[in-house]
Amino acid sequence: MKARVTVTLKNGVLDPQGKAIEGALKSLGVEGIDGVRQGKVFDIELGTTDKAKAEAALKAACEKLLANTVIENYNVAIESGH
Amino acid sequence: MKSAVIVFPGSNREGDMLRALKQAGSRVEKVWHADTELPPGTDLVVLPGGFSYGDYLRCGAIAGRAHIMDAVRAHAARGGLVLGVCNGFQILCESGLLPGILMRNANLKFICHRQFLRVERNDTAFTKAYAKGQAIDVCVAHGEGNYTADAETLKRLEGEGLVAFRYCDADGQVTPDANRNGSMNSIAGIYSEKLNVMGMMPHPENLIEDMMGGTDGRGLFQSLVSSLAKAA
Repeated sequence: MKARVTVTLKNGVLDPQGKAIEGALKSLGVEGIDGVRQGKVFDIELGTTDKAKAEAALKAACEKLLANTVIENYNVAIESGH
Repeated sequence: MKSAVIVFPGSNREGDMLRALKQAGSRVEKVWHADTELPPGTDLVVLPGGFSYGDYLRCGAIAGRAHIMDAVRAHAARGGLVLGVCNGFQILCESGLLPGILMRNANLKFICHRQFLRVERNDTAFTKAYAKGQAIDVCVAHGEGNYTADAETLKRLEGEGLVAFRYCDADGQVTPDANRNGSMNSIAGIYSEKLNVMGMMPHPENLIEDMMGGTDGRGLFQSLVSSLAKAA
């Protein structure tokens, strides 16, 4: 089973890196971009096929390490097998 | 009086920290991050600067969850003194021992320069050798020193007198120009609720010898040693 965890900055938290990227896109002439916020993506392999167990493990991973919930939100998406 | 300096993979300021502590009269032992216990009789735990785990994920995030940090948390819970400098401050925030977080500097640059700090209070174990309001001359070297906390935390820090140091000019004036990393309220260092844990971005251990260009950093280590000597 695989999952993708996305960690993003909470609204209102200043993101100087996102601002710098936004500025760089403007200077490259890419039009129509109003704002950029930088985040992180974690692709995670899980040893279990039990969705509830996977969800619990991923929540623990996010809360304990992947996100600092003072400033960041996280989103967990478990990929359906195919 | 005995200090334990915790070394993580990527710590690089432990040597200067050992020197500063020894100069002030402390016995010092280095402790490896994978250890689970502090040396018997440890009075003070110090988390030195550097780039623990290469700053991967977030600065201090992985070190903040190392095994030895359980022992450091227990030491702090008993009222033991803990000092974190630079990466050590980041680790204290990530470990939950201090509130808030150090974000990327507002100007996105690694800053490395001499810096004056205003001593906000001199009635703690960390600052009693200084005068209240004194501007001390130390230095900073960091890319992520932009202290950030939610409004409620900030209000609590200010209301309870938990700000240890603020970035200031040579006259002790807290000005926007002196706050080069963009920290909220110009915060350079903070205390825990019980004033026994203190984290700061600047390096007092850099300025302890005339040959280094200044000795204003000595006061912090002298404060700690004299506080603990009296307690013993």
